[in-house]
Amino acid sequence: MPSPKSEVLQGTLDLLVLKTLATMGPMHGFGIALRIQQLSKDLLQLNQGTLYPALLRHEQRGWITSKWGISENNRKAKFYSLTRAGRKQLEEEAESWDRMSTMINRVLKAT
Amino acid sequence: MRESFRTFLQRLAALFRRRRLENDLDDEFRSHLEMSIDLNLRKGMTPADARREALRSFGGLEQTKELYREQRGLPMIETTLQDLRFGLRMLRRTPGFSILAILCLTLGIGANAAVFSWVEGILFRPYPAVTHQEQLLALAGTARGESGHTAISWPDFADLQRNCTLFDAFFVSKIMGTTLSIGDRAEVTTGSIVSANYFDALGVHPILGRGFEPGEDAGRNAHPVTVVSYQLWKGRFKGDPQIIGKTQRLNNVVHTIVGFTPEGFYGTFVGWAMQFWVPASMEEIFESGGYKLEDRGARWIEAYVRLKPGVTHQQAQQEISAVAKRLEADYPDTNRGRGIMLWPLWQTPFNNAGTLLPTLEIMLAVVVFVLLIACANVGNLLLVRSFARRHEMTVRLAIGAGRGRLVKQLFTEGLILSALGAVGGLLTAHWCRHALVLLFPARGGVAMHLPGEIDWRVLALSAGVCLITTLVLGLVPAFQTRKIDLAGALKSDSVGVVGGGGRAWVRSGLVVIQVSLSFVLLVGAGLLLQSLQRIRTTSPGFSTHGVLDTAVNLVSAGYDAPRAQTFQDELLDRVKALPGVESATFARMTPLSYGSYSSTPVAVDGYQPPPEEQPIVEYNEVGPDYFTTLGIPLVSGRQFTRADDERAALVAVVNETMAAKYWPGRNPIGERVQVKGRWMRVVGMAKDSKYQSVRETPKPFFYVPLRQNFSRGAGLYIRTPLSPETMTSALMREVHALDGNLALYEVITLQEQVDRSTSPQMVAVTLVGILGGLALLLAAIGLYGVMSYAVSQGTRELGLRMALGAGASNLLRLVLSRGLALTAGGVALGAAVALGLTRLLGSLLYKVSPRDPLAFGSAFVVMTIAALVACFLPAWRATRTDPARALRD
Repeated sequence: MPSPKSEVLQGTLDLLVLKTLATMGPMHGFGIALRIQQLSKDLLQLNQGTLYPALLRHEQRGWITSKWGISENNRKAKFYSLTRAGRKQLEEEAESWDRMSTMINRVLKAT
Repeated sequence: MRESFRTFLQRLAALFRRRRLENDLDDEFRSHLEMSIDLNLRKGMTPADARREALRSFGGLEQTKELYREQRGLPMIETTLQDLRFGLRMLRRTPGFSILAILCLTLGIGANAAVFSWVEGILFRPYPAVTHQEQLLALAGTARGESGHTAISWPDFADLQRNCTLFDAFFVSKIMGTTLSIGDRAEVTTGSIVSANYFDALGVHPILGRGFEPGEDAGRNAHPVTVVSYQLWKGRFKGDPQIIGKTQRLNNVVHTIVGFTPEGFYGTFVGWAMQFWVPASMEEIFESGGYKLEDRGARWIEAYVRLKPGVTHQQAQQEISAVAKRLEADYPDTNRGRGIMLWPLWQTPFNNAGTLLPTLEIMLAVVVFVLLIACANVGNLLLVRSFARRHEMTVRLAIGAGRGRLVKQLFTEGLILSALGAVGGLLTAHWCRHALVLLFPARGGVAMHLPGEIDWRVLALSAGVCLITTLVLGLVPAFQTRKIDLAGALKSDSVGVVGGGGRAWVRSGLVVIQVSLSFVLLVGAGLLLQSLQRIRTTSPGFSTHGVLDTAVNLVSAGYDAPRAQTFQDELLDRVKALPGVESATFARMTPLSYGSYSSTPVAVDGYQPPPEEQPIVEYNEVGPDYFTTLGIPLVSGRQFTRADDERAALVAVVNETMAAKYWPGRNPIGERVQVKGRWMRVVGMAKDSKYQSVRETPKPFFYVPLRQNFSRGAGLYIRTPLSPETMTSALMREVHALDGNLALYEVITLQEQVDRSTSPQMVAVTLVGILGGLALLLAAIGLYGVMSYAVSQGTRELGLRMALGAGASNLLRLVLSRGLALTAGGVALGAAVALGLTRLLGSLLYKVSPRDPLAFGSAFVVMTIAALVACFLPAWRATRTDPARALRD
């Protein structure tokens, strides 16, 4: 199904997840999904489910940890929070993202 | 790097917490959806819409779960575990199949592992307690113009030791035996005469006391010390902790026990366990032929070398050959035409490694055959099962399993089977480790020692065999899945009995191969059996029946020569007076026994040897009436009498070959021959006989009177129709009447002696026979399996034939002829292979052509009978087909 909205690249999703957790503190998967959709003004087409393998990948690498807790409307939910390694990773990725976008902008403007 | 390792660990850990993680996953997704639905409800959607919208924005629930699972664990391992579980379940569901398959593989892999362990334990690493055996080589002499090996002399050995630089050590180990009396028990015991550096060179250190010190192997009878084995210490010395420094009489000389060896060290003679060691200085006490340490012409020692690390066999041989050349130049009298050679341990010419080598080589080929037959059998079983599982496979393909995944599943099942077979096989090999020794006849109470060794090399080889087996086993059904076509798979196709149908050719092919392989083994067994018979029926040139052989150990009883002579004369008189005894005599060497004849360079009036040849001839020291007693015919002249004693003129009896060589065209009687510097007059010419081996070709040989060349260690030979058992007690009485302390060796017939000398052939026949029988059984099972499957699948066709008027005998003939056609194919193929392969039996064949028609014919008959038996039950079942039911079903 062709979509008018942007497909999410995996690297981008990783960055978005880490950034969300960095600004919002511990959150559950649904919350992260909502937050990303709001921030991107629904321009990003995201199957919310794809978030979970990404979260698991981050957890396996030690960037985030997870813990079962109770959500704002009293539901059992798994909360993810950033670790120190995750924070460092975020900084690195944000930096390389900056470099990349600057470069691409420069290329685009040059023509 | 650290992160990916961390990820791997986490994934690995996830394998073991699957159930909990799976629950977590369900909970997390459920809570996500519930929160999403809550939100949608609050937005004012109907419950149904809220749910639909929540699921839509989540994306495919099951796909996401599957993605998640792949990220969570290690999918390769998980599917493998799944396959393993499933495979085990399948095997449990068909226990008959599983047991048969595993049994076949156990036999196949077990036979391989057992032979590997023998090869390892007897040929490659025969001395378990010895360090770095790969650096050891055997050292022996050669004589120009003669095949095989000779012993070497002590001075030559010492010169090698002095002049060679590429070796860590040269050491001597010469097997000998004595009668060991401890307390009131006397037993024949084997020991070794060794150089002083023996234990150091081997890296074996006595656990109590010491080994031999440098210099203890020099000086005539100068160092009466001995090191005893752990077994001897534990057994005969009852584990006495104070044993060091105690004394023990060995061949009537008091020796001081200076140490005992660690458990598991059996010396360095493949086939026998050594019980004690003495330094070479004591050689005269244990060896006949006098003091030899300074005699370069006396060749009696067997030796080994340890190479310096990094030195190759070839380099070492070059250095040794150079020294041997120099010795040849420096000492032409004793060393002309003499070389010195190194052998790898597994070809050691002077112990049982050499005798067993051809047998074990053949066995390696044979067990591969047996394994192939077993694989073919199991392959066939798997094929039958893969037919039965065609529906399962089709369904799995239809619901989306990849073919690769199915093949993996089938390989896993093959692996389970072969792994179980390998475990069974290794257990079998473990039990058979010591079995080889059982095939050898016991000798004189001394146990043979031929242990298999199951070390990591054997395990690795067995694992390799198991893997190959798996590949072969998995291949068969995998090959089958390739041909499954989804659309047509549900059509039932029954295989006809006669034509065989499309896929049956694979199974028939396997059976043909099985039959051909076992036919080859049957031919091999037949050939070996015939050789053995020829060997046993070949006349050795002396009577084997009605002649008994025994000995009285005068050396260890401390008799000196004059006393021994008196004893021998008195005993002979007494024995000859016994009822049933026709004649009796003494002689130093028993024909065809282990041990070496005396040998000497001879000179003959008027005979000029070619410049390169040194005319060394072996001889035996024999008593009066020797030729009558052993039944060796004299061509002319006379045999020795009592008058040929030390005071009389020196005389000799030569054999025909010697006469023809040194006195061509003349009568040797009355001629002179010089032996060890003494001239002897030839008084008789005897017919040729066998001296060392039944298979040897005629060689020059002569006899001298025992009295004129006395040896205390002489054997007693008695011509009598009585049995050894009857004679034993009478002999014992006579010996004890002369000296109550003397022990009598076992009394055997000369036939027994011949049989013992041919035991390697006997072992080869037994092993090939056992495995040939096994192969036949496996092939028959395979044939039976194929035929009964064909019959069960062809019920409809059989029913139709019956309905159309075929009688029971027609059907019987139908099935039998198909089975026999397969057999005939196999036999034809097998015969072709056998014609090419039986030549490899080489040295094990004696006077039998590798294409012997009798062996091929009897293999054919045996195979046909086995095939008939295997096919009869399925054929009989075919005749019991109920046509009405067969057609209705």
